[in-house]
Amino acid sequence: MTDEPVIDPSLLRGLTQSRFTRRDLFRYAGAAGGALGISAILAACGTKGIATGSAASGKPNANMGTAAWWAQQSEHKVLDFDNWPYYMDIGPNNSHPSLDEFTKKTGIKVNYTENIQDNPSYWTQHILPQLRAGQSQGHDIIVLTNNDYPLGYMLNFGWAIPLDHSAMPNFDKYASKLVTNPSWDPGNTYTMAWQSGYTLIAYNTKYVKGPINSVDVLWDPQYKGKIGMFGNASELGCVGLLALGKDPATSTPDDWTAAAAKLQEQKPLVRSYYDQDYIKALKAEDTWISMAWSGDIFQAGLQGYDTLQVAIPQEGVMFWTDNMLMPYTASNPKDAMVYMDYVYDPKVQAVIEDYNNYVCPVPSSKGIIATDLHDPAVANSPLVFPNSQMIAASKNYYQWKDAQDLKTWNDTFIPIFQ
Amino acid sequence: MERHVHPDLPVEPDEPPRRSRRRFQPAPYLLGAPAILWLAILFIVPLFTMLSLSLQTCDPNTYACTMTWNFGEFGNVISRYSDQLIRSIVYAGAATVIDLVIAFPLAYWIAFYGGRRKNFYLLMLLVPFFVSFVIRTTAWQFLLADQGPILGPLKSLHLLPQNYHVLATWIAVVAGMAYNYLPFTALPLYVALERIDRRVIEAAGDLYSNRTSVFMRVIFPLAIPGIFAAFLLTFVPAAGDFVNASILGGTNNTMIGNVIQQAFLVQNDYPAASALSAILMAAMLIGIFAYSKILGARTIEEYV
Amino acid sequence: MSAAVPAEGEVRDLSVEMPPARGRRRRWTSYILPVYSWLVLIYLLIPIAFMVIYSFNQSHSRLPQVNYKWEGFTTKWYQQWNGIPGLGDAFFLSIKLALATTIVAAIVGTLLALALVKYRFRGKGGVEQTMFTNIAAPEIVLGASLLGFFITLNVDRGFVTLLLAHVMFSIAYVTITVRARLSGYDLNVEWAAQDLGATPWVTFWKVTLPLIYPGIMAGALLAFALSIDDFVTSSFVAGNSTTFPLWVYAAVRVGIPPQVFVLGTVIFTAGVIVAAMNLVSQGRRKRQEEAARKKANEPDESVVDVEAEFNVGVR
Repeated sequence: MTDEPVIDPSLLRGLTQSRFTRRDLFRYAGAAGGALGISAILAACGTKGIATGSAASGKPNANMGTAAWWAQQSEHKVLDFDNWPYYMDIGPNNSHPSLDEFTKKTGIKVNYTENIQDNPSYWTQHILPQLRAGQSQGHDIIVLTNNDYPLGYMLNFGWAIPLDHSAMPNFDKYASKLVTNPSWDPGNTYTMAWQSGYTLIAYNTKYVKGPINSVDVLWDPQYKGKIGMFGNASELGCVGLLALGKDPATSTPDDWTAAAAKLQEQKPLVRSYYDQDYIKALKAEDTWISMAWSGDIFQAGLQGYDTLQVAIPQEGVMFWTDNMLMPYTASNPKDAMVYMDYVYDPKVQAVIEDYNNYVCPVPSSKGIIATDLHDPAVANSPLVFPNSQMIAASKNYYQWKDAQDLKTWNDTFIPIFQ
Repeated sequence: MERHVHPDLPVEPDEPPRRSRRRFQPAPYLLGAPAILWLAILFIVPLFTMLSLSLQTCDPNTYACTMTWNFGEFGNVISRYSDQLIRSIVYAGAATVIDLVIAFPLAYWIAFYGGRRKNFYLLMLLVPFFVSFVIRTTAWQFLLADQGPILGPLKSLHLLPQNYHVLATWIAVVAGMAYNYLPFTALPLYVALERIDRRVIEAAGDLYSNRTSVFMRVIFPLAIPGIFAAFLLTFVPAAGDFVNASILGGTNNTMIGNVIQQAFLVQNDYPAASALSAILMAAMLIGIFAYSKILGARTIEEYV
Repeated sequence: MSAAVPAEGEVRDLSVEMPPARGRRRRWTSYILPVYSWLVLIYLLIPIAFMVIYSFNQSHSRLPQVNYKWEGFTTKWYQQWNGIPGLGDAFFLSIKLALATTIVAAIVGTLLALALVKYRFRGKGGVEQTMFTNIAAPEIVLGASLLGFFITLNVDRGFVTLLLAHVMFSIAYVTITVRARLSGYDLNVEWAAQDLGATPWVTFWKVTLPLIYPGIMAGALLAFALSIDDFVTSSFVAGNSTTFPLWVYAAVRVGIPPQVFVLGTVIFTAGVIVAAMNLVSQGRRKRQEEAARKKANEPDESVVDVEAEFNVGVR
């Protein structure tokens, strides 16, 4: 063995040796040619569009929903219902008591699943690819919110079955005015509300002196680093618009640009743009003041977090609704109608409402919850049964006219939190 | 018959195969067929279909997409999201370096001193990662909360300023990534270290090397292929990660993975999402290629 | 930097890297590495410890949620482990899926690794690039492209599609790990075995497989961990079925129930038990071999692992 060489000869050889041999040249040329060939094949692929707009005859639900069509439908005694998590009452032994009651009363067996985590991902994974290919997406009833784009697309593409208005006695009699003839579905042609909720401001009384009257508190520099906002273009945009004193439902793209500028000003004060786990940050006192959903704060209170309070700002709170609808590939539409109307029976709704504590679509359930279910906390909460103050403060979301409109909105607000 | 030589000994580059003497061997094709078919059908074909979307133009109103050979999309996407691209590379790089530093002594210890307990230690290394990442990340959120079990006592002892926070900063994101990808670093390092011939180390000792010298001149160079593999298996998935940034990060910590998620799910901008994915993959492949050239490896594939 | 030349007659201690023989006092520096390694292993377990501890936490809220404030010890969540609808099914589905994925991926990946190491064939480079690309591809692209693919072929999404997808992204990891193990060995042992009359089948089972067994185990472990924790790809191809990570991620919105921590603890404990069983069986095997060797009166090389002998082929 010699003294240590300065550079190992094999390393030197490795560094300086030519690596690109003729074989490599042919290999890469072949690969490139192959890629071009594949691309040429792909060039022939595109994807067909989906008919939109008012061309009713081109839509998949064109012949559905008429009185004659409904007359032909019969109950199959089975129902596939897909919902958001924690929206259905839970009883002992893994059961959903209200669903068991329904089965006992009507003989319809319910396959209840909770696959919906948020509107866009459910649309992209469970609705769009299947329905555009004409394949069933597996459910008869699904639940979509009006504060995001999928509901609009569903209705616009003709992918929802029109409701049988002769089979909705409970709805007609008991449904709250807030969910009857709503702006996102005039005349309840396709949807019935499941639950509603408010997007408002929550704060920790330990650190923030109430009462809070304005959304400007979210721009207050004394809470720098302790403010939580939603990382959701539609919710964030609405808060920005409210801060400018504009009503989101009637706003214009110029308003959006101004709102985006205001939100950019706020950015150094914000701790993070949260998804659904904003409530954890509030509970852990990482944020002292945050955008919030009414039901979460109510439930946090029940869990013992009594320093968390909600604020109803004078500019308004956003009122959203989760809506039941039937995709056009549903195989049991009649059973779906039976269930959707059944849920508007005040006694039934009381049981469901007592569990999930969002905004009840049946005001008559209030009395039942207070007396039969012995739960005055839920019955008397304005977050569950809105009082006139809440109703006056409610604002609706903007209805995007078309995809370009939606794109403008997204391009304005998404860069703030992305 | 193939000549199989120990890859760590210096060898001349491959001679081109002599066609006349080579008979067709069905063995490798038969052995590799299940995997190759699986990957070809379930990975290559869907992937290329998806990536071809990057060159198409889609109408958001109708979801109709037509092939327009729109190479401009790549430039568009790079300029819009250059921040996130750079941030992803920096965060993933930091997490990978941290992981390499942490994992190397650990892998070394298990490989050389593990004895019959090697498999036990490997299992203990991996078992925490059988538990869902949501649970692990929730745990870290709880542990690292501003007034939580770690920061709380430190603050009450006045070792930290009262408004100090770890969550919602880049530190939490990088730390989260380093934690979540540690087994991907440790395993290849372990595998490479474990197969080092002990007699080479003995021989070094015979030649009057002390421990430091043995490590620096024998063990470490032999472990370089393992370091390379560990770097790849950690850096590449980390750069595409989005979970840590979304749960542990703050306002300016989004990575390219988050952008791809948004573009895909929320904005339904398939061309942009596909273009970004293609760029991410291409950047990885180019980086791997360049790195391997510098290392002077025979062929990059041999050492992965 | 070179050690002193040993004096005449003095035996030089060759075990530079081996732990000192029993009876000699260890230098304190030889403790650094073990202590450090144990600290790292413990650090990895910190979130798990949190999970285990809080699975015993009392919670009085009427909603099944983990209570982040400690309120008392209780085992009731273990008794009610199946109390949340859908969670138990999701859990068992994930276990089944992960086991199936591990077995299939281990077999398929090992075969590919054997092909790549032992042979040079046309398309080898392409296969390797494919594996790279598989690891580099963002999961959302994998998932979305697979969903489109399955829908075009009208394949029902469920356990089968989940299995297909999980094996797809696991193969590359298994192959790389097995190959890293395999490419260091001198495979002349195989020819030696065949020279001694073994058929290729026997050679594979008795010579090759024991050689690569640690690599296969490591790869299988990786595949299991990847599968049981996969979220993004699964969310696209699961169809109507729910895996454990999907269920938990969805529940995070309101708050995860304590049963999630219970099931997580179960998975973790099962893993620890497997590790402990492995340890015990290794110990037993080691003792048997030592006893056999002592009987044959060979020098005890207890510091060198039995497997290391294969490093140099036939001894």
